[in-house]
Amino acid sequence: MAEAAPSSTVTPTRADLFFGYAKIGLLGFGGVGAWARRVIVEERRWLTERDYAEVLGIGQVLPGPNVGNAAVMIGRRFHGLAGALLATSGIYIGPFCVLMLLAWAYQTYGQMPAVAPFMQGIAAAAAGMVIGMAAKMTSKLRPPPEMIAVGLAACGAAFWWRLPLPLIVAILAPVSIVLAHRRLPPAVRRAA
Amino acid sequence: MAVFWGLLSVFSVISLLAIGGANAMLPEMHRQLVELRGWLDDATFSQLYALAQAAPGPNILVASLMGYWIGGGAGLVAATLGMLVPAAAIAWVVGGVTQRLAGHPWLKAVQAGLVPVAIGLILAAGLTMAAASSGGRFDGPGIVWLAVTLVSTLFVWRTDFSPLWVLAGGGVLGLILAS
Repeated sequence: MAEAAPSSTVTPTRADLFFGYAKIGLLGFGGVGAWARRVIVEERRWLTERDYAEVLGIGQVLPGPNVGNAAVMIGRRFHGLAGALLATSGIYIGPFCVLMLLAWAYQTYGQMPAVAPFMQGIAAAAAGMVIGMAAKMTSKLRPPPEMIAVGLAACGAAFWWRLPLPLIVAILAPVSIVLAHRRLPPAVRRAA
Repeated sequence: MAVFWGLLSVFSVISLLAIGGANAMLPEMHRQLVELRGWLDDATFSQLYALAQAAPGPNILVASLMGYWIGGGAGLVAATLGMLVPAAAIAWVVGGVTQRLAGHPWLKAVQAGLVPVAIGLILAAGLTMAAASSGGRFDGPGIVWLAVTLVSTLFVWRTDFSPLWVLAGGGVLGLILAS
């Protein structure tokens, strides 16, 4: 919120949206989340770290994949319906073709392509990418202590206690929203 | 045609229940496709899931693959539309609301408040992936994979180099260890 600096971000064209998201989809081994942040915030600078985190936060509590939801909202923000469609098709189309090729090979040869050892290593590295993304966002956003507590509670509830995500969101989101409201500058709060 | 509408309705409902994405909806997919409707057997379900994991991109593409397996081209279209359209429509509407209310104090609070929840859940997803890829073991290969995860974490967190390097490095290490 604080770092509105529009000069540091770049408005994507429609083609940028499609190809940027196509890159996110095609490189997204082990999940697209970390690549989406990398391409959108670091490489192409369509959004600031905070803007992207906020879009992702809303995408997280809506049904469906958080990055897919974010693609719809980011596409809409820059180019309306066309933007939403281009971003969404961009992220799915490449992986879709790869997957159909794999399915064809599986059907034709009757077995999984021998990619298991390669994928095992990729999965371990992809796990680190996701953890590293969470760490990087936290160190760049510098959240106040109560927000760090909320984040750790969400993490513990999902990873350690294996609570269902809708339950975690239903409990923690209201608490977190009220805490965030208290952190707003008084002038902003009074503008309601 | 019955399969088309069946797949469309099953995946529409699943996608609307799936807060948290593909991993959240996997148990429900199994219940619907294997246990209730008998469209796939257990082994095929697991193999298709593994196949989808080997492809890049959003994990929910597994829905397209299963739709194709069950109902051919029509099944593919039905499962993909069911999985994408309802969730995307909701995101579209919510995206519009956030644009209209931009700057409203309570919207700011909602946006800022959801960030730590999302980051916490992302961290949990990464830890779950790390536990799965190491098999939860602290000896032999498990240690190697945990080390790969740790290096990758530091690489992504502390440097701005492309994560492609650690992904490729992990994959090559996997091939070396297997040979």
